[in-house]
Amino acid sequence: MNIVVCIKQVPGTTDVKISEKTNTLIREGVESIINPFDMYAIEEALKIKEKMSGKVIILCMGPPPAKEAIKEAIAMGADEGILLSDRAFAGSDTWATAYTLSMGIRKIGAYDLILCGKQAIDGDTAQVGPGVAEALGLPFVAYVRKIEEIREGYIRCDRMMEEGYEVIAMPLPALITVVKEINEPRLPSLKGMLRAKKAEVATWTAKDLSAEPANLGLTGSPTQVMKIFSPPQRPGGEMILGEIDEQVEKLVNRIRELKIV
Amino acid sequence: MSIRVIKEKCSGCKLCLKSCPFGIITIDNKLAIIGEGCNLCGACVTTCKFNALVMAKEQPAIKDYSGYRNIWVFAEQRNGKVEGVAYELLGEGRKLADILRVPLCAVLMGDKMAEPAKELIAHGADKVYVYDDPLLTNFQDDSYGEVFIKLIAEEKPEIILIGATSIGRSLAPKIAYRIRTGLTADCTSLEVDPRTRNLLQTRPAFGGNIMATIICPNYRPQIATVRHKVMKKASRNASHEGEVIRKNFDFSKINIKTKVINIVAELAKTINIAEADIIVSGGRGMGGAENFKLLEELAQVLGGAVGSSRAAVDAGWMPYSHQVGQTGRTVCPKLYIACGISGAIQHLVGMQSSDVIVAINKDPQAPIFKVATFGLEGDVLQLVPALTRQFNKVLGGDY
Ligand SMILES: Cc1cc2nc3c(=O)[nH]c(=O)nc-3n(C[C@H](O)[C@H](O)[C@H](O)COP(=O)(O)OP(=O)(O)OC[C@H]3O[C@@H](n4cnc5c(N)ncnc54)[C@H](O)[C@@H]3O)c2cc1C
Ligand SMILES: Nc1ncnc2c1ncn2[C@@H]1O[C@H](COP(=O)(O)O)[C@@H](O)[C@H]1O
Repeated sequence: MNIVVCIKQVPGTTDVKISEKTNTLIREGVESIINPFDMYAIEEALKIKEKMSGKVIILCMGPPPAKEAIKEAIAMGADEGILLSDRAFAGSDTWATAYTLSMGIRKIGAYDLILCGKQAIDGDTAQVGPGVAEALGLPFVAYVRKIEEIREGYIRCDRMMEEGYEVIAMPLPALITVVKEINEPRLPSLKGMLRAKKAEVATWTAKDLSAEPANLGLTGSPTQVMKIFSPPQRPGGEMILGEIDEQVEKLVNRIRELKIV
Repeated sequence: MSIRVIKEKCSGCKLCLKSCPFGIITIDNKLAIIGEGCNLCGACVTTCKFNALVMAKEQPAIKDYSGYRNIWVFAEQRNGKVEGVAYELLGEGRKLADILRVPLCAVLMGDKMAEPAKELIAHGADKVYVYDDPLLTNFQDDSYGEVFIKLIAEEKPEIILIGATSIGRSLAPKIAYRIRTGLTADCTSLEVDPRTRNLLQTRPAFGGNIMATIICPNYRPQIATVRHKVMKKASRNASHEGEVIRKNFDFSKINIKTKVINIVAELAKTINIAEADIIVSGGRGMGGAENFKLLEELAQVLGGAVGSSRAAVDAGWMPYSHQVGQTGRTVCPKLYIACGISGAIQHLVGMQSSDVIVAINKDPQAPIFKVATFGLEGDVLQLVPALTRQFNKVLGGDY
């Protein structure tokens, strides 16, 4: 079973601010990590591989430093990694990202299952996974919290819903996006880290992918960011002081004045 | 948008060259040149001491989209009942439709949908496209997606609003990818420019630390998923008139690959926190699983649900389905009572648009107090039961 895992390198914190002077993101001094949801995707791929043999291939689109993310995944146990990197990819929205990743997967060729995280913590869109599936004409299930059964040509999994879950079956090849409940990601092993150090990570450019230039990067992205701004602050509140009985009485009165209960 | 170099101001000092994370700036003849592949991060703009670099907005390309008209709303149904979010979309869609002077339409798929279709009209839909088919009883990406994609190709709407539910956020990217258009996820505010007819879609990013306004000027339709509980529901008016358009889809022509084998409800007994008007939420400060009983009692008196911080979920005190925050649910109740929760940003982004926030914490410096409408400094183990007693007294409950 060959499994492709799409991982994104993201800032290690979402606690970013906007410079008031220039209205751009302040991103200095923030270390990069593998998108936390993609860690679950890597772990799930490794578990499947341990049961059924095969290969786990990591695919990441990003600037050259994103190689570090791929190496970390190799240290966890992935077999190989490919970085899609080209200036032409810069500024991609979810459509262009899904297109580019799908071209990378086409080039990889032999795959049974594609795993993505539920969403990336920088954009929080959750659109790239389903987009990749659509680009490849594959069936997919988003928000998977458990794989109940997987065998040659078949997968059955639980999709997390608001009120519970749904059990869905589909033929392979297919794509799933995974949520946190699915597993507990392992730490890299010492052996893995040594292997990762020596591992060659291939870099594929737009030309290697035979990608349509009109579908790439900023040019290929239907959406545009018009502006970014800091969310409005909630006005500061009122501290209710006193003995316990006073506090609760005052609070209950306030809430009743507001006609909430 | 692009970054422009103002020739008169540029001194060729190379500061920008060093600041560019992508290394695409070159200096030619004492003038900065921005190469291919700029992603507009703005680092150079910030660094330039001479104000020679500016973010410039480009004129939108003029394409003829006059063939694309009308506002559509996806009327998500589960178990034959239209979801609350669909009525919120009708409320918001009505505003947009009035500004653009076009009809507001709903798209409804399911089995035995005659009654729900009427409800949609009573809530302001001018047209409802109805697909009644046993194959559409439950949501499935491939069947719903193919039906939707075909209808879009036939009718050419200019804006499509879809609830940002687990169904909507799975369906929308499939549609948007296939018809090659933009999709903006999880919007919390929408406006429309009557001149360009562009939808200005505002959404949180970076876990709510930043808001971004997204447009899709060169493609139609414009598609947005919209967060539940932030838009106002359309009011019901039984005399509102609309047209039901019955449609059929020939499923023999497509290959449905996914199969729903079972649907399991888990939150049958507890109230779904995303829907609740009142949420009593507990964090690590509750001290242990057994103390969540106190929150359940308060929630019961108030007719609310119990939520939780991630710390309490990680400790195994509450199931994940109750987690509020960046990696849990986004909630927007009328009243959110945070008990023993410090107020980390990842928690705040999931609840800070609640109407009224009450914080109970023994640490007066806890960040939760910054967003709280009312703050009570003290011990949750004493304050929560006292609050339950007081509410019970004034509400005359029999608890
Ligand atoms: C990528 C990422 C995603 C995350 N997603 C989420 C998320 O979705 N939701 C979420 O909640 N968190 C999330 N977190 C975690 C978040 O950063 C905080 O760690 C978490 O919210 C803290 O939970 P807490 O407030 O319950 O615990 P603490 O921060 O430990 O706070 C406990 C509070 O209780 C008070 N207290 C203690 N005893 C008492 C008492 N007897 N009476 C009154 N007050 C008392 C203390 O003063 C303290 O303020 C995420 C973190 C990361 C990195
Ligand atoms: N640049 C990228 N490279 C590789 N995978 C990505 C990239 N962007 C997004 N993904 C995958 O798509 C998922 C959803 O991302 P998003 O739609 O951006 O929230 C992530 O969890 C990744 O698995």
